[in-house]
Amino acid sequence: MSVLIGVLALQGDVREHIAAVERAGGQAVPVKTREELARVDGLIIPGGESTTVGKLLDRFGLMDPVRALPQEGKPIFGTCTGMILLAKEIEQSEQPRLGLLDVTVRRNAFGRQVDSFEEDLPIAGIEGAPVRAVFIRAPYITHVAPEVEVLAETHGHPVLVREGALLAAAFHPELTDDPRIHRLFLDMVEHAKAQRDA
Amino acid sequence: MVEISTWRNKVGLAEQLKGGVIMDVTNAEQAKIAEEAGAVAVMALERVPADIRAQGGVARMSDPQMIKEIMATVTIPVMAKARIGHFAEAQVLEALGVDFVDESEVLTPADDRYHIDKHAFKVPFVCGCRDLGEALRRIGEGAAMIRTKGEAGSGNIVEAVRHMRTVMSDMRRIQSMRQDELMMVAKEMGAPYDLVVYVHQHGKLPVPNFSAGGVAIPADAALMMQLGAEAVFVGSGIFKSSDPARRAKAMVDATTYYDRPDMIAEISAGLGEPMRGLEMSAIPEEQRLAPRGW
Repeated sequence: MSVLIGVLALQGDVREHIAAVERAGGQAVPVKTREELARVDGLIIPGGESTTVGKLLDRFGLMDPVRALPQEGKPIFGTCTGMILLAKEIEQSEQPRLGLLDVTVRRNAFGRQVDSFEEDLPIAGIEGAPVRAVFIRAPYITHVAPEVEVLAETHGHPVLVREGALLAAAFHPELTDDPRIHRLFLDMVEHAKAQRDA
Repeated sequence: MVEISTWRNKVGLAEQLKGGVIMDVTNAEQAKIAEEAGAVAVMALERVPADIRAQGGVARMSDPQMIKEIMATVTIPVMAKARIGHFAEAQVLEALGVDFVDESEVLTPADDRYHIDKHAFKVPFVCGCRDLGEALRRIGEGAAMIRTKGEAGSGNIVEAVRHMRTVMSDMRRIQSMRQDELMMVAKEMGAPYDLVVYVHQHGKLPVPNFSAGGVAIPADAALMMQLGAEAVFVGSGIFKSSDPARRAKAMVDATTYYDRPDMIAEISAGLGEPMRGLEMSAIPEEQRLAPRGW
């Protein structure tokens, strides 16, 4: 099935996500207006600065249209900044957010940039070798609601979770050549579109 | 296997800053204004380039106390400048835990021949360039981000435009060359051969390329983004203007919607006085910052 993925292009590593969707066999376009948002079947919120992207969502009237996507059968995948913006609770922060995912996140949870790292992560539901996960000033999840499915953990904290039409990663699958996590999201979008069309 | 501070971690942070504005700030209060406006990072320094230019003297690394206060105030990445070749200043900045070190021509160079071996550090580095050869030399030394230099503290965009156009046209030229011409161009540019080959194959630098030096109004940011910059550094342009909070926000908005003139028109309206700025002919050759770096 052919679906179109939007990559929120207010700020962040947009081009890397578009390339990652293409490696996973999908098609993606940058999105920074309501009109562009209305055309896509699913949305990726890329890595960037969460305070910047949250403010821009607010200033340009995109917060509510993005919030409405899951109810319209259009999944959202957030990486790093995207995970922070999807979370209902952000520790020690009142910053603007979408607040859709029933988790609490801690920003810069592993330390500053000099503590950034990569490691091999086994992921529930992904066959074969573990995924190389790149963590950059990354958040982790400190609390999940029962309906949230934890797909991967490191240092004892969830770093890849799914809840209904929402997928969130604390790391950056767009920065490696491994297409499997983007494939997982494409499957969610294709499944959601099939249900919408039915 | 867990690996700390890999090349991918360093360049990855630079990728996360794309489409954003990095603002020069001289204290915690300015850093807060920058973060509120939506800056993706702040550059902590004691004097903005316009003041360094006006006051003269040797410009060095900032007081660690000031950098620490800024790091404690904001959650966005904090960058700080080291003098060209001054690896001991860079070691201090790394020990403080800054997120990016700018080996910068804005400070007085400490070494008239060698730049810092940036591969030896866990903290990523950004360096300035005026052309592709200089960019590739810095990347060869380990820079994870490049910024075209422009002329810092001038409030004049002409040098930023010249440097960005030079880098972009150098890359287009290399991309269109035959494979057997690349070694000679590497020799002529003084650039590492493998990086020239990378540009030939990909038509871009292997690290993000940002713009700096002279951005003063939202349309300047839009111009640099349309010329190929992936993000914008704004130095003196914000806190030397009459209404820094509003101007800072306008710069952020314009960098996101750089390709929408209708929105830039709205964003630019009623911002008050921009920094005054200098004609290039008013800056004597020996006071220009961009030629520093080798």
